[in-house]
Amino acid sequence: MKHKTFFWFILPTLTAMTLFIALPIVSVFIQSLHIQHEQVLITVENCGPFGCTEETVIDQEATRALRDAQPLGQFNGLGTYTNRAHLAFGEIGEAWATTESWGAFFDRVLGLPFYRALAFTLTYTFVVTPFVLLIGLAVAVGVNKLPKMFKGPTIFFSLLPMMITPLVGSLILLWMVDAEGIIGATLQNIMNDPSLSLRASATLTWIMLIVYGIWSSIPFSFIVFYAGLQTVPADTMEAAMIDGASKWQRMRHVVVPHLMPLVVFITLIQLMDNFRVFEPIVGFQAQAYARSLSWIIFNDLREAGNPLYGSAGATSMLTIIGVAILLSPVLVRTYRDYTRKSTH
Amino acid sequence: MATKAQSRITPLTVISVSFVILWLVIASFPFLWTLWGSFKVESDFFSRADWRNALYGVNTVRETGSAFTLDGYYGAWVQEEFWRAALNTGIVVGFTVVISLTIGTLGGYALARSGFRYAFWLLMLALVFRAMPHITLVSGYLLPFFEWNIWGILPTTIIVLVAINQPFTLWMLHSFFLNIPKDLDESAMVDGCTRFQAFRHVIIPVMWPGVITTGLFSFLLAYNDFAVTSMLLSERNETMIPAIASFLGTTQEAGNVMFAVAAVVSATVPLFVLVLFFQRQIVSGLTAGAVKG
Repeated sequence: MKHKTFFWFILPTLTAMTLFIALPIVSVFIQSLHIQHEQVLITVENCGPFGCTEETVIDQEATRALRDAQPLGQFNGLGTYTNRAHLAFGEIGEAWATTESWGAFFDRVLGLPFYRALAFTLTYTFVVTPFVLLIGLAVAVGVNKLPKMFKGPTIFFSLLPMMITPLVGSLILLWMVDAEGIIGATLQNIMNDPSLSLRASATLTWIMLIVYGIWSSIPFSFIVFYAGLQTVPADTMEAAMIDGASKWQRMRHVVVPHLMPLVVFITLIQLMDNFRVFEPIVGFQAQAYARSLSWIIFNDLREAGNPLYGSAGATSMLTIIGVAILLSPVLVRTYRDYTRKSTH
Repeated sequence: MATKAQSRITPLTVISVSFVILWLVIASFPFLWTLWGSFKVESDFFSRADWRNALYGVNTVRETGSAFTLDGYYGAWVQEEFWRAALNTGIVVGFTVVISLTIGTLGGYALARSGFRYAFWLLMLALVFRAMPHITLVSGYLLPFFEWNIWGILPTTIIVLVAINQPFTLWMLHSFFLNIPKDLDESAMVDGCTRFQAFRHVIIPVMWPGVITTGLFSFLLAYNDFAVTSMLLSERNETMIPAIASFLGTTQEAGNVMFAVAAVVSATVPLFVLVLFFQRQIVSGLTAGAVKG
């Protein structure tokens, strides 16, 4: 295809992506270097019957005028990145100097908002992904053995947790595990503890979110594995059977190696998607105990009437760096595929 | 071609079948439970005393005279004007799908047919863009959109969703176009067609299966979005998902959780229908990227 023709074909989509994906990233970066103007203070003299006092007050009008004139705020360099709400170098240095043991140090660090969110995000990502792989494979193997007439309906119901809007899905589960919902109330009756609530402790909240994450991602790995199982070479299976391999051995030495590329594919996609976990926290209203990086950006932007663009921008940039680290294996793999294809 | 040895019922088969049944219950029970419960009153659906109340609707019978009530739906759709949100969702999703398929088809076709190296780098760039958390992009939109006074209206959201959709659309359509033989459009060009005429008369008639599959995923992305729609739309222009989120704030105080339950069920129905009719396309779309590696 000629360069010129290519250009006209690609122009609309490229414009859309440049304007609304590439430029916003630049804009986020610029925002993160700025901080909101401080309030303009003026000193006024109040004279009353008992003499005059000087008082410092906020000049609302001047503040508003300044903020309207320069909505971006004033330049702050990397100040926002290193402050307490983000990388908190000062606090970490102090914690390092004053704490005795590793445990105490980590306790202090995990008390800082950014690191707490990072800890939850990483835990979520790296716990959900292996469970999704394992259970998805088990379901795929099970469904593959079903008689043909049951396969269609089984796949239909299996797809639902993934297709559902994440916010809606988490609400549906929340209403069931809530203190008055079917699972929550039953648990209370079984444990004989009327104050038991899954939302009352950090550990239970984390488990609840992780279980939701697994529930909603199993269908994806199930479908991919199920498609992979259809392509397992029948000859190899038969040969293994003739050689006396048991069902388990055939699974271990024929099926799993055949599915290995799919395992890599699912892992990479899942790591990327789970890293941006956000809606479940809104749905489960779990922000008291579990906050993810995406959630703290959302929260900064929601700050009533006074969004913290600088703070949100800094967290966004740090999140993008995290995504880039997780994404690099995917990029390397795609690049290798490409060069292999083009040399042959 | 199941042999006798494969179809014999063994303990292993029993275990695997019961595992699948267990998974089916876990996957579908929450939906059935919420659907059933949305026709009850709050004291039944959230019954601390006895979960069977939700099944038989003891309190529903006492309060409304019948075992099923449409109070939740009436409250959500009429009283809280959920129909407005549903209408907005329809507009946003409809336009997003049509626009992103139109420009995505052109781009995906060009990427599939261009043998140059830059086409590959564009695809890599699209992969990076696809991985961006949407909320980080949203934090870049807000300030400029406020400045230009285009915040809160539907067209802005539609364009943003189209753009966010593009990386995925491009990848998917690009791989579908790779499967359409090159000879098809090239022979048309030998016969004197321009590239665009070849696309118009030869490729468009055969591209629909791929476009429909991609369209389904564009639909899902736009329909399920919360980050963009909740931050970029004013209250009047709200779509269904942010509307449900704001229900939670307002209705729980008013004791009308059932409005939110009814709204949630209403928002699930289109997805249910979608999966019902397009199951085959969804499965093929999910596996398209994977199986080819």
